[in-house]
Amino acid sequence: MKRHLRLKFFFIVAVILICIYGIIGLPKSKAELVENWNNNIRLGLDLRGGTYLVVQVQQQDAFNAQAGGDAERLKDAMRKANVQFSDVSAEDAKTMEEATNVAISIKGVPATQAGTLRGILSEQFAQWLPTAVNATDYRLTMRPSEALKMWQSVLTQTKNTLDRKVNALGLAEATVQQRRADRDSELLVQLPGVDDTARVKQILQTAAVLEQYEVKSGPFPSRDAALAQTGGILPPGTKLIGQSQANSSGGEGGVYVVARTPILRGTDIRNARPEQGQMGGSWETAFVLSQDAAKKFSAFTGSHIGDRIAIVLDGKVLLAPSIKGQISDNGVIEGMGSQQAASDLALNLNSGSLPAGVKYEQENTVGPSLGADSIKEGFLAGIAGVLAVIVAMLVYYKRSGINATLALILNAIILIACLSYFGAVLTLPGIAGIILTIGMAVDSNVLIFERIREELRAGKAIIPAVDIGFNKAFLTIVDTHITTIVSCAILFLFGSGPVKGFAVTLVIGLMANVFTAVFVSKVIFDWELSRPKPVTALSI
Amino acid sequence: MEIFKHTNFDFLGKKWPFIIVSLLLTAAGLTSLALKGGPRYGIDFTGGALMDVNFIKRPPAEAIRSALHKKLSGELEVQEISNSQEALISSGAANEQALQIARNDMIAALNASFNPDSGGKLDINNAGQAALSDALRQPLANASVALSDDQLQALAKSITRYRDAHSGLIRNLDELAGVPGVTPQVLNVIKQVCYPGSFNIRSFEFVGPKIGADLRQQAINVVLIALGAMLIYIAFRFEWIYGVAAVIAVFHDTIITIGLFSIFHKQIDLTVIAALLTLVGYSMNDTIVTFDRIRENLKLQIRGSFPHIVNLSINQTLSRTVLTSGLTFLTALSLFLFGGQVLNGFSFALVIGIIIGTYSSIFIASPILVFWQDVADRRKRGARPPAVPSRPQNVAKPVKSVKPVRTAK
Repeated sequence: MKRHLRLKFFFIVAVILICIYGIIGLPKSKAELVENWNNNIRLGLDLRGGTYLVVQVQQQDAFNAQAGGDAERLKDAMRKANVQFSDVSAEDAKTMEEATNVAISIKGVPATQAGTLRGILSEQFAQWLPTAVNATDYRLTMRPSEALKMWQSVLTQTKNTLDRKVNALGLAEATVQQRRADRDSELLVQLPGVDDTARVKQILQTAAVLEQYEVKSGPFPSRDAALAQTGGILPPGTKLIGQSQANSSGGEGGVYVVARTPILRGTDIRNARPEQGQMGGSWETAFVLSQDAAKKFSAFTGSHIGDRIAIVLDGKVLLAPSIKGQISDNGVIEGMGSQQAASDLALNLNSGSLPAGVKYEQENTVGPSLGADSIKEGFLAGIAGVLAVIVAMLVYYKRSGINATLALILNAIILIACLSYFGAVLTLPGIAGIILTIGMAVDSNVLIFERIREELRAGKAIIPAVDIGFNKAFLTIVDTHITTIVSCAILFLFGSGPVKGFAVTLVIGLMANVFTAVFVSKVIFDWELSRPKPVTALSI
Repeated sequence: MEIFKHTNFDFLGKKWPFIIVSLLLTAAGLTSLALKGGPRYGIDFTGGALMDVNFIKRPPAEAIRSALHKKLSGELEVQEISNSQEALISSGAANEQALQIARNDMIAALNASFNPDSGGKLDINNAGQAALSDALRQPLANASVALSDDQLQALAKSITRYRDAHSGLIRNLDELAGVPGVTPQVLNVIKQVCYPGSFNIRSFEFVGPKIGADLRQQAINVVLIALGAMLIYIAFRFEWIYGVAAVIAVFHDTIITIGLFSIFHKQIDLTVIAALLTLVGYSMNDTIVTFDRIRENLKLQIRGSFPHIVNLSINQTLSRTVLTSGLTFLTALSLFLFGGQVLNGFSFALVIGIIIGTYSSIFIASPILVFWQDVADRRKRGARPPAVPSRPQNVAKPVKSVKPVRTAK
């Protein structure tokens, strides 16, 4: 009996030591203790401040671009094979739900050339499924398996690009992940410690598609004016691009007529960086081109000296300088306004462009001051709650109340240690969970103590009364804990973010409670009752 | 100390006044819900934007509202947080396009009205560390204060740290004199470049309508699944009628809590749902303790009718019930009093829920058991003693029970 007790005692001490080690490690100084605590107890976004974003990837952008590009390629292929047609055009998807329904319609192909067309389609456009609308018209839809592949790849590309952007921002602990595993187009971006959310959101949303076009004419004050200049219809092989509001010097942004296909695309950029212009004046973003692009670019600029090129970012003309000489592999975007604007653009160009636009579905930003106050308030509420419980237990159960208090404190230590060992994140609802656990955990002690009192009242001797009290209360304790754990498990499975933190702390707290209230508490009683001097009355 | 020694209250005899109170509370809650057109959901469920702004001195709610209306259209609500200078500004999800820029619009509107003469300076109360160091770099160099980039970042960091430790507000730039790295020279430059704005954005949240609808559906599912799981567990551990009684009691708690939220005009958001689920578990817990005792007493073959045994069991567990609820209530109350504004709805739900959950296991769950037994007995013409619910391995056989006699019709 005695030996058993000693073993149990050592076991409890071992648990305590392991827990304390998990929380503060082996600190050599006070500073180290604080540091270890901060490393082991990871705070959630709601406590340390930061931003949580749900981003919806606008899949239709990528699908429309794919269909548009393929329609152009198809035209070329048909011309090359001398297949006649009256029109080949893409049918754009308007919403994300329709993204995978994009189609290309082919009109006016003579029946005699149907075989050739089918040959081209099956050879070069295998991801499209052709159906004949009538004798001369066809409609291509994307094969479901191809659409699924593309959907996934757009999502992955976007995720990787956003990842590069948050890393480039120096947000070390930021994460980008898929929100749900099923077919979905949402990403979850968590940015702990970010203190300028508006700017970060802007950067993440910038598609950063940089293109350079040959300027045919412009700028014109409006679209209509541009069209009027060319007689109401655009010359073949050109398109209109508006000027960015931010960079146009006052008034309406002008409209340029430019060549349809760009000279350079964003993917041709190797490296971009912010620079201060000559004479220490305004900021600009300089970029270096990849080898292939540089060859193309220098050939173009060499033969077009005096002409203008339009530098287009995300479909808006940033500026349209004239070519002063042959440019080989570098370029500069001038007039960025501030250092931050210049470095943000460089960051975006370096991170690569987004394959599709992104839209914010949800944002939750907690400023650092609110987080700091929440920690203070949570701490205060915790101290007040725990003190109230301890005082009540001591008053009500006298010396046995000390027993219960020890069990409670151990319960809290185990709970915090588990959070540290599992790498769980402590949120404000999580702190509430810890505080509530204290209140609920004491229930087990109360159940047991009341049972012991009952047995004593019924005239049992102390030792059997304690044993019976523990035994009888045990099943009830298991039952009550399981119901709460079930409700928390459901909360964990279906809840999100901070609420999950609450469920986790409550479950761990209740499990630890079975150990402390039933096992530890019993050992303390047994130890008290096993002392040489026989106990005549139990202080309960 | 003992509060309840050998109590013998006739709980079941006096159940009616309590049941009537329950019904009244439920009716009041449902009426309020009906009048207000359903619960007042937080923006997590409806979609919308919510901004927590801490003012140095809060302007009247009306002034804030009219300031915002200059930039934003649609429904706007300004709620003052008591005992502080904070205000919660919420806007509904009228259209998605507007929501995307709600953040910028709100800040711009507040700035236009409450920081009118900034003179192109940087608002130090809303500046991030990067923005602050960028703004200071050139002016510091001009004032021939030589700082390396690391030193500049450290300076900006200690200034924002100081601010965030003071609820995000610097009232007067001279306060910064005590911050490490801020020499009189540096302070002069800060004064040239920055000004202390009259408010600080403490938090901002926006939820698109799609996610809102998702979350709402999820919350309803979670509560229903939780109730179902409880029903199954108790039916498995006891008897199905025990499960039904417990679930009805818990459902009663949930309805009354939601009703009270409506009466007190409080919002139901995700954390409140978490609190409701905790209450489901807690109230269940309470009911199980009583049911466990009833089962045990039935096994012990204590003399008396079923209602008598139920009443005895409630009395035996009364001390525990009151003490545990009291202690849990204390912790919930400390959360409500000190836990701050973020947890306000959550702790409010706990505070009222714990009271109702405790009371429902005595006055709702137990009477349902007795009522059911009554019905069952009457159907069998009182021939059979109360059923003995128990786990299969040790079924206590009623010893002197009279075999039910079926009289032929």
